[in-house]
Amino acid sequence: MTLLGIDFPPISHVTRWPDIFFKDTAFGINKTVLIYFASVLITLVIFFAAARKHQLVPRGVQNIAESSVDFVRESVIMQTIGPEGMGYLPFLTTMFFFIFFINIFEILPFIQFPGNARIAVPLFLALLVWFIFNIVGIAKQGFGAYMKSSLVPPGVPKAILPLMVFIEFISTFIVRPFSLAIRLFANMLAGHLILVTFAILTSAIWGAAVYFKIGAAFPFALLVALTAFEILVSGLQAFIFTILTGVYIGLAMHPEH
Amino acid sequence: MLDPVVLAAQASGELQAGLTAIGRGIVYGGAAIGPGIGIGLVVGNAITAMARQPEAAGTVRTTMFLGIAFTEALALFGFVLAFIISG
Repeated sequence: MTLLGIDFPPISHVTRWPDIFFKDTAFGINKTVLIYFASVLITLVIFFAAARKHQLVPRGVQNIAESSVDFVRESVIMQTIGPEGMGYLPFLTTMFFFIFFINIFEILPFIQFPGNARIAVPLFLALLVWFIFNIVGIAKQGFGAYMKSSLVPPGVPKAILPLMVFIEFISTFIVRPFSLAIRLFANMLAGHLILVTFAILTSAIWGAAVYFKIGAAFPFALLVALTAFEILVSGLQAFIFTILTGVYIGLAMHPEH
Repeated sequence: MLDPVVLAAQASGELQAGLTAIGRGIVYGGAAIGPGIGIGLVVGNAITAMARQPEAAGTVRTTMFLGIAFTEALALFGFVLAFIISG
């Protein structure tokens, strides 16, 4: 796509990577998969290292682990599920870190690709959350009561009840996982595309005639500012994914009256 | 040899590409209007709430992010849809 004389690569070029290992098989490993593996590894290492030599006064990596567990407990679980949701603390904490590390590769020099800009992992995590909150709801309330509490809003006149049940079914069981996946995926893809756009703009202006070079300073300054902004977005999206999981589990556990 | 039919056939590819680009712009622009207003309302009211009751700021902030996330999803659907549209 040529725009104002600047060659912008088609969208597949900034999100699709050639295979590095196991070329041309169904198990091909490319940069995105390596980012996933790295995120799993970093998450494991942080918590194992923190738990191995734990002291009364936390230092170093134990500090990170303890404050993050505390953060998830206070601002995710206590706000959404309540004290009986403490069993979900390990799940929510690891999910937060997994998503955060995948996202933060967006601004890491020489890697600069958020793994979540491919929909695979967001979609899988959203489906996982969908299964969890449905199973929790059925286990806690029983199938009939769970369906009633999630499909029939209280205080609705009988005449429009079928319509409301239909709308609630769509919004609870179809739109919820879909929007959970799309939110994470689209945010990271949009951030990546914006960084790519300003990087290309900077390099294109820098490659222009001599007296234009000074103009490259503006997109470059914006690129730096947006990179800082993307750090915020990475953390925020991980937090939002985690807290929405908490909200859905909380709604399945205690129905609205 | 300026046969209008031949010219139209040659131009139709470019025309379609151009119209696709315009359509993508309209889809994303249209999808961003509502969520823009919505996020403004959410954050504005959250700030009002925090200013009135600073001790409840933590709860309000969490709820604000939730509200933003739900509102923002609509704009992101438009963003994804704009890419899905192909000429």
